[in-house]
Amino acid sequence: MAYKNFILVCGGTGCESSRSDEIYRNLLAEAEAQGVKSDVQIVKTGCFGFCEKGPIVKVLPSESFYVEVKPEDAKEIIAEQVVKGREVKRLLYRKEQKTQDSAKVEDIEFYQKQFRIVLRNCGVINPENIEEYIARDGYRALERVLFEMTPEQVIAEIKASGLRGRGGAGFPTGIKWETARKAVSDVKYIVCNADEGDPGAYMDRSTIEGDPHSVLEAMIIAGKAIGANMGYVYIRAEYPLAIERLKTAIAQAKEMGLMGKNILNSGFDFDVEIRLGAGAFVCGEETALLKSIEGNRGMPVPKPPFPAEKGLWGKPTVINNVETLANVPVILTKGAAWFASMGTEKSKGTKVFALTGKINNSGLIEVPMGTTLREIIFDIGGGIKGGKKFKGVQTGGPSGGIIVEKDLDTPISYESLVALGSMMGSGGMIVMDEDDCVVDVSKFYMAFCVDESCGKCSPCRIGTKQMYNLLDKISKGNGEMKDLENLEKIGKAMTKASLCMLGGSAANPTLSTIRHFRDEYIEHIVDHKCRAGKCKDLVVYSIDAEKCIGCGLCARKCPVPCITGEKKKPHVIDASRCIKCGECFKACKFGAVVKS
Amino acid sequence: MINCKVNGIPVQVAEGATILEASKKANVKIPTLCYNPDLAPWAACGICVAKIEGSNKMLRACCTPVAEGMNIITHDPDIVETRKTVIEMILSTHPDDCLACPRNQNCELQTLAQEFGIREQAFPKMLHDLPIDDTTGSIVLNPEKCVRCGRCVTVCQQMQNVWAIEFLGRGETIRIAPAADAKLGESPCIKCGQCSAHCPVGAIYENDQTKIVWDALRKTGEDAKTCVVQIAPAVRVALGEAFGLQPGTDLTGKIYTALKRLGFDVVFDTSFSADLTIMEEGTEFVKRLTSALQNGLGAATREKSMPLITSCCPAWVDYLEKYFPDMIPNFSTAKSPQQMMGAMIKTYWAEKANVRPDKIFSVSVMPCTAKKFETHRDETMYSSGYQDVDVSITTRELARMIKQAGIDLLNLPESEPDSPLGPYTGAGVIFGATGGVMEAALRTAYYLVTGNELKDVNFTAVRGISGIKEASVHVNGVELRVAIAHQMGNIEQVLNEVRKARDEGRDTPWHFIEVMACRGGCIGGGGQPYGATDEVRKLRIRGIYDHDEGKEYRCSHQNPYIKKVYNEFLEKPGSHKAHELLHTHYTERPLFLK
Repeated sequence: MAYKNFILVCGGTGCESSRSDEIYRNLLAEAEAQGVKSDVQIVKTGCFGFCEKGPIVKVLPSESFYVEVKPEDAKEIIAEQVVKGREVKRLLYRKEQKTQDSAKVEDIEFYQKQFRIVLRNCGVINPENIEEYIARDGYRALERVLFEMTPEQVIAEIKASGLRGRGGAGFPTGIKWETARKAVSDVKYIVCNADEGDPGAYMDRSTIEGDPHSVLEAMIIAGKAIGANMGYVYIRAEYPLAIERLKTAIAQAKEMGLMGKNILNSGFDFDVEIRLGAGAFVCGEETALLKSIEGNRGMPVPKPPFPAEKGLWGKPTVINNVETLANVPVILTKGAAWFASMGTEKSKGTKVFALTGKINNSGLIEVPMGTTLREIIFDIGGGIKGGKKFKGVQTGGPSGGIIVEKDLDTPISYESLVALGSMMGSGGMIVMDEDDCVVDVSKFYMAFCVDESCGKCSPCRIGTKQMYNLLDKISKGNGEMKDLENLEKIGKAMTKASLCMLGGSAANPTLSTIRHFRDEYIEHIVDHKCRAGKCKDLVVYSIDAEKCIGCGLCARKCPVPCITGEKKKPHVIDASRCIKCGECFKACKFGAVVKS
Repeated sequence: MINCKVNGIPVQVAEGATILEASKKANVKIPTLCYNPDLAPWAACGICVAKIEGSNKMLRACCTPVAEGMNIITHDPDIVETRKTVIEMILSTHPDDCLACPRNQNCELQTLAQEFGIREQAFPKMLHDLPIDDTTGSIVLNPEKCVRCGRCVTVCQQMQNVWAIEFLGRGETIRIAPAADAKLGESPCIKCGQCSAHCPVGAIYENDQTKIVWDALRKTGEDAKTCVVQIAPAVRVALGEAFGLQPGTDLTGKIYTALKRLGFDVVFDTSFSADLTIMEEGTEFVKRLTSALQNGLGAATREKSMPLITSCCPAWVDYLEKYFPDMIPNFSTAKSPQQMMGAMIKTYWAEKANVRPDKIFSVSVMPCTAKKFETHRDETMYSSGYQDVDVSITTRELARMIKQAGIDLLNLPESEPDSPLGPYTGAGVIFGATGGVMEAALRTAYYLVTGNELKDVNFTAVRGISGIKEASVHVNGVELRVAIAHQMGNIEQVLNEVRKARDEGRDTPWHFIEVMACRGGCIGGGGQPYGATDEVRKLRIRGIYDHDEGKEYRCSHQNPYIKKVYNEFLEKPGSHKAHELLHTHYTERPLFLK
């Protein structure tokens, strides 16, 4: 029985929280009710990436791309698309709000410059059905590795591909595997680092939610390559959907003989267990992660010895992040040369980014290395929201730095981002506009690092808190020029003397914003002014008596309330009681509320 | 061997050597704070950073192994500035009350600040208002002074295997305390004080009881008591370090004089009661051995009469009661020398000197913090009807008292201890070193079993600093197997083998086991002068054995005064009276109270 239509409903966390599960269930119910159950297959997939416009529903074969779908739209989609064979025009994605041109996926700029390796199956297959993964060449690479290749050949292939760790540091994956292979030990381990913790980043979560088998297959391959029979996925407990799908995938892989004892009768055993992290950012650091799996406090330990030599319970351990692993099966089916043909000289393949912030098309994207930041932000991301002015983009989350307009044409690679004072990180990309204050942003990231510092090494433990206090002081208008010097002094020492990269990079947001926007810091310190109006203590709201018509709207919106005035007469704000929430400013239709 | 250069100076180091070790070889001192040679690098402080030529990255010298051809740079403006900033950061979290701190002039942080020429507070203070924990009576934890170097935690968990303290909290609020914020007194803490001996600052220190001693010494009239003091074997070879002398320098005679000048009426030596301990414990051992020879070692193992395990170390007693209660019957019931002396002073000597025991103030000077706890460990520590030892102070406290009294220790004339609880044998003094109790016991056990004196009293196999030592001795055709473990973390392995043999119905691998909680034995005790390393411990041990060599009598049973006290008072070893005064018992204790 052939289906006439396939409806793919995004089951990523973002769309799920916008009720995509209800859409899915409604579609099933409507297909039943309208008697077309046998004509249509409705699939819940992983993330489509275009989160800005979610929930996403895509219909095949017409390639209709529906955005911002609501559960009540299910009836119409079934009635029009399945029963009558017509698209639901009003739900189609349009390039511009005004035009009537609906767009297919290939027309959508958001997707045009993307190239999907890691996310190849996300939004395409049902992640809870192993057969759909297998149908798209899934576990083909494992078969090759088990029956056609020696472990050395596998490692050589990964080395030749130029694949580097996608968790941030960019260590060559093949070399890591080779070290672990050469290490002599009775027991070895493979660990998948799924402890994604950067604010605003959700690449790894989406990959596991959308295509868990790609990660599991790679872990088994890595196991075979280094001689390990046990793998752990260390994933944060805040990712319930990903954990659920991982559990399902493990069970299905075991049932099909693709995991466990004697995989595909090859004589090779490999098991995978899930370990839940409690959400400490530092547990993304590999040595802290291993300590956490061992049941100890998640605190980094000095390297060397590197985990590939002495890792989990003192045994050689390969730790790869989710995205790194998801590349592996494709490299082994399509070949190292194909993979290495993409990217820059030293950074091969693609990179997944979670594009967020003041951008039109926020979402999950995958681009070839070497794509410029400008292409990502203005072509794929569709530029800045509300036509505001671009201020900077933060890559690498709390560990990265701000990259400004003049550097936007830099092709992305591990090295180029470091040269700009930032880093690749795991792939968070937060776009800022003129309404963002650099002091405020730096303070936000530093607060994050203060919370997430494990407290072991003094440069990080004390440095983050000292820097936070100084930023807080500046943001409140109490800063002195000496504080700026101290920020740089502490930041520099913390960067150099911290034990792990949490402390080693925690100063990056502050140091890079001081470098690019020193004048704004000085403005806060000397003029007690925050031009973006984000630092509440430096903002004063007042009412321009000439413009005020006395409509009273501001006074009604004021939550304190601290605005008084007679009807049709200019109102006045009592600055001593004002909490600077900005409600009056937003409410006034006459521009009479002045922010200064 | 690996060839490298430190600031251009060629150095050859062993495989696995760190940058810190290579630099030391090149006579370059890299400053450190969290690093301690006893412990695996914890790599927390960030002060020992160094660079490799060609890279701007800073590496931790304490834990980065040297590679062939490495060009190490230890001092350039960038490195020195980074170190200084890190020190300034640490100072921003540290109170400025150096003058009132127990570690004043002996503080590693203070020294760093001085060496780096820090003259102002670079950053705003961020202090934590955390309560002092003085619940053990032996050691005091002041978290406000803590620099979070982690030494004490590594000592407690890895070196001592006690797990009393742990890191609690995260980030800037991280602190050191027993699990679940229990108080030290409610925790598995065995009071060994190794945390205090390793703390670089004044965050963990001995409970200073010198004031109580001063008060007793200065009382006059009706309230005045006869002040009697005993000094432990290990004190004599370490006290000098507090006065700038080499470790191992033997100051026995000068210490007696100093104690007299401090105002003590009578000065006894714990080495004497160590001889007494050997008589009691040796007799106990021979009794158990005889029974084991009659009924079989397997039966003795099952019944827990073999092996016999020494019990002179109060930290070890505490550990066994908490972690190995099933082995309590294996424990010698003989009290420690400190407590035997205490009991003898307030009974035998009191009677002899015609002083009422309640008018005696009995002080002990010990290398140990756990001895403070032992003075009131259970009711058997009151066998005279009063607290047998009123106060126990550490070597560090005695050093302070001598300095406070203006006594020029190094130039004092030497004197002898008072009789009859003063004169001792070489066997008594070697109690202060690992293997010493065993050696002393063997010297006397041989005599007790054979009735003959040994030709050579030196049992060198039981000496030395290695963590677990084994030896066998032939006595009357019987092969006696003994084991010695020091540093608490080494004992579990030994006892587990005994447990295993017992549970599997086999013979115990050893007849006699000596345990001391601190590395090197009492000479490495938690109350000794700061800065103990294996080098220092070896020198102190040498001092002890040199002292032994120089004694006329080297076996406890030969001590004429021991014979005297048995004749006049105790009757014979293991007598009813000896049991009343010189023996104790043990109880299983929970790891955490509450």
